[in-house]
Amino acid sequence: MVGAVGPKRAVWLVITAGLVLFTMWMIFEWAPTERNLGEIQRALYIHVPLAWISMVAVFIVASASVMYLITGKRKWDSVALATAETGVLVGTLMLVTGAIWAKPIWNVWWTWDAKLTTTAILWFLYVAYLMLRAFAPPGNQAYRMAAVVAILGAIDVPLVYYAADLWRTAHPELLIGPAAESSGLSSEMSITLLVSVVAFTSLYAYMVVDRYRVRQSENELGELKRDVRNLLYRPAAEPATAATMRGAVPAASGD
Amino acid sequence: MKVRGRVPLGPVWAVAKKDLLLEVRNREIVISLLVFSGLIFIIFNFAIELTSANRDTVGPGVLWVAVAFASVLGLNRSFIIEKDGNALDGLLLTPVGRDTILIGKTVGNFIFMAAALVILFPVFTALFDVNVLKIEVFVIALLTILGLATVGTMFAALSVNTRAREIMLPVLFLPIAVPILISAVEGTARVTEGGGWGDALQWIEILAAFDVIFIVAALLTFQFLLED
Repeated sequence: MVGAVGPKRAVWLVITAGLVLFTMWMIFEWAPTERNLGEIQRALYIHVPLAWISMVAVFIVASASVMYLITGKRKWDSVALATAETGVLVGTLMLVTGAIWAKPIWNVWWTWDAKLTTTAILWFLYVAYLMLRAFAPPGNQAYRMAAVVAILGAIDVPLVYYAADLWRTAHPELLIGPAAESSGLSSEMSITLLVSVVAFTSLYAYMVVDRYRVRQSENELGELKRDVRNLLYRPAAEPATAATMRGAVPAASGD
Repeated sequence: MKVRGRVPLGPVWAVAKKDLLLEVRNREIVISLLVFSGLIFIIFNFAIELTSANRDTVGPGVLWVAVAFASVLGLNRSFIIEKDGNALDGLLLTPVGRDTILIGKTVGNFIFMAAALVILFPVFTALFDVNVLKIEVFVIALLTILGLATVGTMFAALSVNTRAREIMLPVLFLPIAVPILISAVEGTARVTEGGGWGDALQWIEILAAFDVIFIVAALLTFQFLLED
């Protein structure tokens, strides 16, 4: 794998891996145990960076989609796809770590407060976005459709949050939100969280760039295949025998 | 993203009128909306025990869930009839913009939903003994179906060209419609719980704001949605 990446990215990969390992040490050894919440509070150092990355991902996908609709350049679509795919992975991990943290503290895996509701809707939206990309007809039309959905999704997020927030404040007895999160962190805790955010962001960025490059290679391969096909089909315009046609088709479609 | 300065109303109405004429002749969409919503009412009746204590609070949820699910069917139908027999190609060949066609379809879908609600509301009131026949609820309903028709037409146009289109529409449409549905349910509940304009107004304003946001988004993106 590393052989396939350039020296710069190899360095990046090594630094990121080291940073992630160091972060793990900080989280589980160095950071003090929280007095009230206990060991489970260490989930904070993983959950918060994942949540931060998810929000950044939504923003990048929407911006790249806007750029795609304006410029029509394939690379913007690749950026959106790479960010969205890895973003769904990060979002899933965020939901799972959140549930693991919530169970011992709130005594439930899940509660329908505004933040959680918004996150759940967001997750479904981006899964739908990936489904659309899989089901859409091939060609530029699919990229345009995906871009529209990504932009609408980003517009929808604050609306869902706003509506869900109002909806919940209408039921004060259910108000057990992550308001407790904002309890003061000691300086070691803050530093650990900061390092963790940097480490995970670096890891995420590496994954996005990797996926982006794979996507660009896929696009290139698709274009090459199309060129080959055009080259092989061109004689068909001139009087060609059925036999040469039949011979040409498998050669064109074979990988 | 180039926004056309003005959308000609004549062609918009022509597209909507075509849909309405078709609907008047075969009544496919409104009848499906009604039958499907009615069935959802029946199923909810078994799923949730509506008592005199909770029906004013829970009832609006039943109503709007039924409308949301049924509207998926109607929206899908409104584009499948275009796809069948390649009518969509004919529509795209007309010398008007794509946004004009889609605004026309939105108007058509809005009218279908409104027609279905005219029958659905009395039926709901009779079945669940929750009185939604109030002017406040009508205003909420109009704003809600305006939002649903706008978002829904966008996604119906988009998903009709995909494989598994009957899956893609609800999967895209329902999450985006969540803010509209929350506001519709809450606004209606304030009224059925005995409140008046003052209680409903907060949600009516929010619904109006959501509608404006979605309509602007739709006008900006309609031109990208239909097949070349």
